Parts: sequence; C-alpha cells; structure tokens
Amino acid sequence: MYRYDEFDRTLVSERVAQFRRQVARRLTGELSEDQFKPLRLMNGLYLQLHAYMLRINVPYGCLSSAQLRALARIARRYDRGYGHFTTRQNIQFNWIALADAPDIMADLAAVEMNTMQSSGNCVRNVTADHYAGRAADEIEDPRVWCELLRQYSILNPEFSYLPRKFKLALTGSPHDRAAVAVHDIGLRMYRDEQGRPGFEVIVGGGQGRTPAIGKTIRQWIEPRHIILYVEAILRVYNLYGRRDNIYKARIKILVTALGIDRFRELVDAEWEQIRATGPVIDDAERARIQACFAPPDYDRAAAGDDPSPAAGISDPAYDAWLRSNVVAHKVAGYAIVNLSLKAPGRVPGDLAADKMERVADLADRFSCGELRINHRQNLSFVDVRRRDLPVLWRALSTLELATPNIGLASDIIACPGLDYCSLANARSIPIAQDLSRHFADTDKLQQVGSLTINISGCMNACGHHHVGNIGILGVDKRGAEFFQLTLGGSADENPSLGDRLGRGLPQADVPAAIERIVDAYLALRGDDETFLQTYRRVGIEPFRAVVYEPQGTTRQVA
Amino acid sequence: MAQMLIANRLIDGRVVFRAADGNWVTDIDAGQLIDDNAVADSRLADARTDESDNLIIDPCLIDVAALGAAHEPAVLRESIRAHGPTIAVER
Amino acid sequence: MTTLIKDGQAAKDIYLRIDGDDPIPDGGALLVSLPVWQDHWQRLTRRPDPIGVVLASHEHPEVIADDLENFAVIALEFPTFRDGRAYSYARLLRDRYGFSGELRAIGDVLLEQLHYMERVGFNAFELAGDDPLAELETARGDFSVWYQGAVDGRRPASVLRQARTSASK
Ligand code: HEM
Ligand code: SF4
Repeated sequence: MYRYDEFDRTLVSERVAQFRRQVARRLTGELSEDQFKPLRLMNGLYLQLHAYMLRINVPYGCLSSAQLRALARIARRYDRGYGHFTTRQNIQFNWIALADAPDIMADLAAVEMNTMQSSGNCVRNVTADHYAGRAADEIEDPRVWCELLRQYSILNPEFSYLPRKFKLALTGSPHDRAAVAVHDIGLRMYRDEQGRPGFEVIVGGGQGRTPAIGKTIRQWIEPRHIILYVEAILRVYNLYGRRDNIYKARIKILVTALGIDRFRELVDAEWEQIRATGPVIDDAERARIQACFAPPDYDRAAAGDDPSPAAGISDPAYDAWLRSNVVAHKVAGYAIVNLSLKAPGRVPGDLAADKMERVADLADRFSCGELRINHRQNLSFVDVRRRDLPVLWRALSTLELATPNIGLASDIIACPGLDYCSLANARSIPIAQDLSRHFADTDKLQQVGSLTINISGCMNACGHHHVGNIGILGVDKRGAEFFQLTLGGSADENPSLGDRLGRGLPQADVPAAIERIVDAYLALRGDDETFLQTYRRVGIEPFRAVVYEPQGTTRQVA
Repeated sequence: MAQMLIANRLIDGRVVFRAADGNWVTDIDAGQLIDDNAVADSRLADARTDESDNLIIDPCLIDVAALGAAHEPAVLRESIRAHGPTIAVER
Repeated sequence: MTTLIKDGQAAKDIYLRIDGDDPIPDGGALLVSLPVWQDHWQRLTRRPDPIGVVLASHEHPEVIADDLENFAVIALEFPTFRDGRAYSYARLLRDRYGFSGELRAIGDVLLEQLHYMERVGFNAFELAGDDPLAELETARGDFSVWYQGAVDGRRPASVLRQARTSASK
C-alpha cells in the first residue's frame, strides 16, 4: 500500500500543528464557533448528537494492521471502545472531545493516516473497488490513480472552496464494486477496441435528496490524462456550480441544468486549454507510487494447493461461508476473504477495539498485514492462501466475523441514523438489527440469494437507500419515526435508483413488509433470477400489492 | 409542558442541561424545569452569554416532562441526546 | 477597518473605489467596478493615473481578458469565504490571460485561506484583524510542502521527490 515519505509526513504533521493552533484559538475564544466550524469540518470533526464525531480517511479503503491497531488504541483511549466503518471507506468515532482531537490526529499521523478533507466542500476521500489489485476480473489496479488523485486534491489551492462536497470513485474492473455511477465523478476502467486500458468518465451522479445516476462525459480516456481531465471538470464546477442554495449545489444539479452535452462542451473546452500547458503526470512519480502497490511475493506453489479447501472440514456453515464470503483472487491458490460486520443483531459497520486488534493479528498472520474497508461496511482480507481458509474461518467465527452473508439479505448497509446523527429523522440501526435477526437463518439467506438492503435515517442518503435493491428511508411523521421503502435500486455496473413503493410504514411494520416482499419475489422468480432481475421483469405492482393489500387482512380504508 | 435548556459543551461536545444555579450538567434530572415562557426566554439569553463565553454551543429550549424526579424530553431526538443511543454498543 | 497587505508588506491603499453612479474624479488612482469600467472605459483610459477593476464573484475575468494592459490592479471579491470562484479566476488571470499586475483579494478573506490565495496568484489582501501582518506570517508558515504545482511557482512534492532521487544518484 501507499507509504508516506518525508514530504507526506511533513504535510500531515504541519496540518496537525495548524489544527492544534486553531483548536487552542477556539478554546480561548479567539475564534468564534462560526469561524471555527469550517476549519474543524475540513479536518473531519463534526458536532453530532452526543459529542464531536471524527471521520478518518482510509484512502480507497486500504488499511494496514498497524493502522488498525492504532485505531483500536484511539477507540479505547479517546472514545468508547468502538468505531464505525462507513460506506465511504472511512472510519468514524462518535465520542470525541474537541480538546483531544489534535492529539488523536497526531497519533494518526504517526501511522500515516489523516482526517484532512473528510468533510467540507472540497474533494473528499477518494474511494475505490475494495478488491483493487486483487480481483480476478480486474483490468488494472486503479490505486496508483487513486493516490495521484488523492495528492492532487489534498489542500488543492484552487478547489478547496467548491460549491459543495465532491466525491470521486474508481474501479479497475468492468464489474463495479465501488458504486462509481453515484459519485460526483466515477471512473470505470475498460479496454477500448485496440485493447488499451482507459477510463470511462462518469459525472454528476449522487445520492442525497436529489439522487442521480451519473452520465458518461467521456467514453474513454487514457489514464495518464485523468488528473487534468478531473481538473477541467472541477474548474467548470467551481465556476458555474450553484452557490445560492446548498441543496442545489452539487455537480449533479449543474450537469442536469446544462444537460450533459453542454456540460461536456465546457469541460472539453477547458481541457483543451489546460492539456496544452498543464503538467502531465510525471512518469517517475507515477512509478514511485506504483511500486507501493506491488503485489506481495506470492508462493507459486500455492497454485498446487487443493482448490476446494474443504480439507478436513465438513461443516455446512463453512461451505456457506466459502460460497458467500470468499471471492476469486487473481493469483491461483489465493483468495479474497470478506469479514462480515453484519452478524445478526449487530450494528452494521461497528467494530470494538478488541476485535480490531484481533483482526489486525489475523491480517498479519493470513493476509500480508493488510486489509480493506469496503463500501458495504465490511472488511476484506485480500491475500489469503486458500489452504489457510479453514483455520481463518474458525478464527473469524469465534470473533463473530464469519457470518456467511456477504451480498445477501442480512448484509445490510445502515447509516448511524437518529442514534448518533444530528440530521436524522429516524433510527436506522434498530431496523437493521431487526432485519438481520429476521434473516439469521443461513438456509433462508442462501435461498433468497443476492439482495441488498440499504437504510438511511434521512434523505441525505448516507446509507445508500436509493441504490439498495430494497431501500429503507427514515422519515419523520409528526414526531414519529416512519420508513419509506424503495425497490429496484442498484449500484453496480447496471445502476438504477429505487422506485418508491408507497406510503411510509411505522418501524414495527417494516420487517413484515420486507418479508412479504421477499416472499413475493420467491414466488415470482424465474430460474436463477436474482431479486433485482425479477423486479426489473415484473415491476413494482406485485410488491406494492403484497405490502399494502396483503391477502387475508382487511384492506385498509383511507 | 415544561421546558429545559440543552446544549453541547464546547470542550468535549457532551450534551449538557442548564441547572437552576446556572451550571451546565450532564444529568438531565439535574436540569432546571422552566414553566414560564418569560423565564425561559431570559434563561436562553443567559445561555447565549455562556455561548459567547465559549462554554457551550447551540443552546436551545426543549420540551421536557417531569416523571417524579426524572425528566424526560418530549421528542425522541432529545431523549437520545439525554440518554445516549438506543442500541447496545459493540463489545 | 481593513489593512492592505501587498507582497508581504503593509501598504497604503492609493485607490479610490468607484461604483454605480459615483462621480469619476479627474485625478487619482481608481478602483472601479466592472459596470463602471464597461460604461466609461474610454474616459478612464484617457486619465493618466492608475486604474484597477473590481470583479464580483459572478463576474468572470474573461470579459476583461482583452483589457488587461489597462489595469494596475484587479481586485477579486469574496462575498463570503465559502465562495471559491475567485480562486479559479485568479488562476486564469495569471496562467491563461497573463495578468502580471497586482491581484488583490477583497471581501471575506480569512487568515486560513491566505496560503491558498497566494498559491493561485493573489499578491495583495485586504485583511481585517488587529495585526494582519503578524497573522499573515503565521498563516504563511503553516505549510512547507505542497502536492500541486500552482501559480506561485513553488515546487510541488512530486518535483522535489524527483530532484532528491536524481541528486542521490
Ligand atoms: C453522522 C454524520 C453525517 C452527516 C452530518 C452527514 C451528512 C450528509 C449530508 C448532508 C449528505 C447529503 C449531501 C448532498 O446531498 O449534497 C450526505 C450524503 C452522503 N453521506 Fe453522509 N453524513 C454523515 C454520516 C455519514 C456516514 C456514516 C456515511 C457512511 C456510512 C456517509 C456517507 C454518505 C454518502 C454515501 C452520501 C451520499 C452520496 C452523496 O454525497 O451524494 N455519511 N451526508
Ligand atoms: S442519512 Fe441522514 S441520518 Fe443517516 S447519517 Fe446521513 S445525515 Fe445522518
């Protein structure tokens, strides 16, 4: 993974020192809250319901075991012993004191981490396919471009006061695991007719209150042009994005208002100007960064390992885990292993400090000391030798991290919701807990198959409800928590936004409604059809009928 | 319904309530219930002074019911602020 | 009260602001709004004294790109510190349109933003505060490393890295 050199280290420690001075000026009253708030936000420090919340970048989801141990220490020393992994490949701590924040940032800097620009109207943490560099279906590892974009965006003098936040996501695979279509800029790698790898550039996607699937602004661009092309987009956005209304300030609104063709003309005109004079990516610098992502020395002998490592284990739970949590690796004899943070009844994405340390130990032992955070709030080990799978499975099982549910109904995304978030309408986590208990039965899970359920506590959509196969949105109805369902959303390479099913339901009715939707799917599905495929074939009506007019109950009279 | 002043403490962000003696306390049961609107407004003005003095941020009045010695906010959001998340945390 | 800082020094502001229907005096340096410039440029360019123009944040410098030789100063306004358009304007004025006179940041200019502003080409600032010069020094001292090349010519980390590698060869 990327390692800081003296320049990165200096920059981050200067940033910590700067923030330390700002906090001191705030505490003495030299800075008012109005003056201080944008400064703390640019350092990832929010004020939430219970305390300050600190959001720490995990660039494109790559984390070392040493970093995870540092996070565990921070959780214990400055927080309440746990952290929350988010859909944006960040980790958040919920109980931070302002006075401690500079020390925490210094601790982070010591393990080459930072919180810069994890909030604010600037370019946020660059996210990527969490299997980057390892996926069997990948064209090229996108992380060198992620890191170049990260460095380009950090403290960028021109683009630190954009109209609104700006999120970039990259994938090096045709199969999109990074939800690139719902980002301000999404970059998806594929090969052109001559077989050259390049990026499709997608712009103007997003979630929030006006969700949008991004539009293709450029079919194919050579990777080495990517920084300047992004610069052209950022400049057009910085100049013409709306600033009069924060709800209309995202780039998606500009792209929609101008139309993608007009927007493309502006960007291309800008790009033509800057590509003539602008800096191209320096090959030596690129090579330096690329070297950081060199794969480990794989054991060639591993290819000869028994590919069906049932070796010695005959446990249906193990088989289920192999089927849903273990993914093909580029290199024969190796596997990618997903650690589920979604055991029935647990809080999606939360992990206790002790478990962080145990996971760090396992990463050292089984996966070259590295792990990934993925946008579905789970963790991944990406270099596991297949013959180690049984031992790893046992170790993960004792940690409750081996629930065989990756990509299945109980692998639920949930934002913090009203339990933590000051913007929330309703609690997301209890719904997730109810549903995951409801789908605790492995056979039922496997029978239902691929199904994403995503929950947000308000229309900001941090829980990706718009792109869940089933989306659940918390709304406030005269002081009570209600939930609106959407169906048919998807964040993969065939993205779609969910359709609203009908009026909101009280919390107690949500599990039953989901159950009826799932049963309706099971009754309607064709051979090997996933929920999404069935939904796209039959449409929303059959589902609407079972939720709002279930047989055997009296039809509700308005 | 009675009202109470709630805020976050500047230095650590913790949720605090204004007690009768003007101190900010973390225990809602020790917060002062205010029945009179005029009094509430004047306490809010005091709280704003505490805000300018960099003790607290975002003070506001919330509706609170008295259940014996215990105080309970009328709205779920404020109740969660007073008592913490409604879910068990990871161990 | 604001203090003008120019090229790192406190400086006297010799320019009189002219906006709307303000009468245009016959002598003295003037800093005029864009509409005043557009309406009165013939008269303004006949005067011997220096002229500057103020651009509001919605006024793209492209409209004065052909007039630049007339201006000793271009002042870009930040109506609030959140409005970041002028960072791009400054960059374009320097890099694309080739403006080499005084580029002044006016309006809601925060200490924390100065290093960004210097990097995109501002060399003058109207600052509030008790001791803006001292504050400017502090703000300038915050960072010694930059990831991006910019107008100020400071070498970004990528260049320094390569310089170091080739030096050690
Ligand atoms: C708890 C404090 C949080 C606050 C105050 C917050 C605030 C917001 C707001 C206001 C938006 C809407 C942006 C827009 O539409 O322009 C948003 C979107 C989003 N947030 Fe959060 N959020 C929080 C936590 C999280 C968490 C925990 C995650 C990850 C699980 C997250 C990930 C996202 C994502 C993915 C979006 C939608 C993508 C987009 O920006 O269009 N946020 N957030
Ligand atoms: S979706 Fe709403 S409730 Fe959930 S974290 Fe985002 S802002 Fe908070």
